[in-house]
Amino acid sequence: MSLLKSREALLALAILVLIGVVAARFPAFVRPGNLANVFNDTSPLIILAIGQMIVILTKCIDLSVAANLALCGMVAALMNGAGVPLAVILPGVIVLGGALGAVNGVLVWKLGIPSIVVTLGTMTIFRGSIFLMTGGQWVNAHQMSEAFKALPRTVLLGLPVMSWMAIALIALFGVVLTRTALGRAFYAVGGNPHAAVYAGINVGRTQFAAFVISGALAGLAGYLWVARYAVAYVDIASGFELDVVAACVIGGVAIAGGAGTITGAVLGALFLGVIKNALPVVGISPFWQMAISGAAIVLAVAFNATQSRASGRIILKSAEAR
Amino acid sequence: MGMWKKALTTAAMATVLMAQTAAAEDVKIALVVKALGIGFFEAAAKGAEEAAAELGDVEIIYTGPTSTTAEGQIEVINALIAQGVDAIAISANDPDAVAPALQRAMERGIKVISWDSGVAKEGRLMHLNPSSSALIGNTIIKLAADHIEGTGDVAILSATSTSTNQNIWIEEAKKVLPNYPNVNLVATVYGDDLADKSYREAQGLMATYPNLKAIIAPTTVGILAASQAVTDAGKIGEINVTGLGLPSEMAGAVESGATISFAIWNPIDLGYAATMLSYNLIKGAEAAPGASIPMGRIGAATLDDNLEAAMSDPFTYDKSNIEEFKSIF
Repeated sequence: MSLLKSREALLALAILVLIGVVAARFPAFVRPGNLANVFNDTSPLIILAIGQMIVILTKCIDLSVAANLALCGMVAALMNGAGVPLAVILPGVIVLGGALGAVNGVLVWKLGIPSIVVTLGTMTIFRGSIFLMTGGQWVNAHQMSEAFKALPRTVLLGLPVMSWMAIALIALFGVVLTRTALGRAFYAVGGNPHAAVYAGINVGRTQFAAFVISGALAGLAGYLWVARYAVAYVDIASGFELDVVAACVIGGVAIAGGAGTITGAVLGALFLGVIKNALPVVGISPFWQMAISGAAIVLAVAFNATQSRASGRIILKSAEAR
Repeated sequence: MGMWKKALTTAAMATVLMAQTAAAEDVKIALVVKALGIGFFEAAAKGAEEAAAELGDVEIIYTGPTSTTAEGQIEVINALIAQGVDAIAISANDPDAVAPALQRAMERGIKVISWDSGVAKEGRLMHLNPSSSALIGNTIIKLAADHIEGTGDVAILSATSTSTNQNIWIEEAKKVLPNYPNVNLVATVYGDDLADKSYREAQGLMATYPNLKAIIAPTTVGILAASQAVTDAGKIGEINVTGLGLPSEMAGAVESGATISFAIWNPIDLGYAATMLSYNLIKGAEAAPGASIPMGRIGAATLDDNLEAAMSDPFTYDKSNIEEFKSIF
């Protein structure tokens, strides 16, 4: 446990070093206002990373999150266009996202199809559905109501609502994962499915629950995304699922399931968020930007891999010593 | 019973199919776009349909991949070759990658032209530029210069660093900079045509250059994202976002004042002209340097040594005409 903690401390340190390096080239980056901006900008990634982490814990993967986000975002924009009040839209897209996640979950649970195949398929179906719904039309800023666009940017106690939502979800799922039977079941199912069955845990149903949570979070993020960038079209958040998986992996969530923490996933997301926000201001050639982001991911993962291997050995040694 | 039904259905189907073939003496022109679902190309398709209605014996096949990849376009081209269309008018995602597939099409007698975003010379008979690149480059700088009092920093927010047409326009824009002494071009950044990345790049520009007076985004995703970033930063009136955009998408930004004016050629005209050119090539017009091929109501396209032609000047949209055009495209 203390070793796991220290891994996250290392990641936090890496983020601080990164911020320090950026600050050396562009001092305004470390102004509290700008750091709050970076956190706010990373909020959708954090929200999706929480859902993805839970799915990965159960030995599955959800590649459809970004498409789910885009579909729910478009539905939110269309509902807003039809005059539906925000108080209905918000729970509406969360339920819709959850339902889309449930489609993934049922296919994995009842038909036993590998999740990577299921979500690869639904990813395309979700994007296709947006196209069918809109015929490829965009929903633009002037077609959205002011209240719809204002919610994520409304500032409460110094932070925009979008940031507060991310913070609330971090706290909520921090408690769910560590203090509830369902939360522990996610770890059990991924850590050792056979043992989980003998412990009376329904593996399929737990995976289903994970997909529903991931979907519902993607639905919420869909509204936030569309309201923030004030535009909805087929390709929004295209390729974002890879960022989400990368955030989890960088955060030390084991891709084989059963290990990982909310703190890790959030730090992984923040790591990527800092890189994304820093690259435009440090004036690095765009030809290098992608290479740098990619190298950072590989480095962080390689580092995590060696860390986890070492921790395994040490645990055995300490047991031996006793 | 089941067998009978099946046989009858098959017979009925065959009749329908044969009837269709009989009626399809029409010339089939395929309009291949970068990706389906982009407002600009939907408008071009509208123009192509207008040309088809005018010509009478033309069937338009509007198609393209679902995301802007060259691989997707190659699949579409192969499918069109198999269908035996008479002409392909393409806006390419990559000038070189699609050329071999288009050469195969030309070997089978299909007339291939490129429009909007070009194809390498060996992969097409001719290329129709929406406007001349020099004119566009000049226009986007002029739009920024017109609304700067005194001298000011200006930055360009482009699509990807490898986008063919954006790079040419930026190159042309840089050439005319000496004519606009009040414009101080400080940076060119790339938002990859993603709303979130473009938004962050615009934020980065505002943070890096405190004296920034204008952001020029020669791409529809970029100009929208930059307008939103400027609006969110509370810098309307201080920073003018301009460039190339679609009236239907830019109406909000023009209304709020984040964008004073922007330009675009008429995509309806572009689809119309591409269809007219394809039709005339099918009917025997020769694509040779110096040749002049008619484009219906727009006039005629004169080919240069590279077998390229320009359609018309880009058109400026602002508060005075946005209402009229936002419902068109």
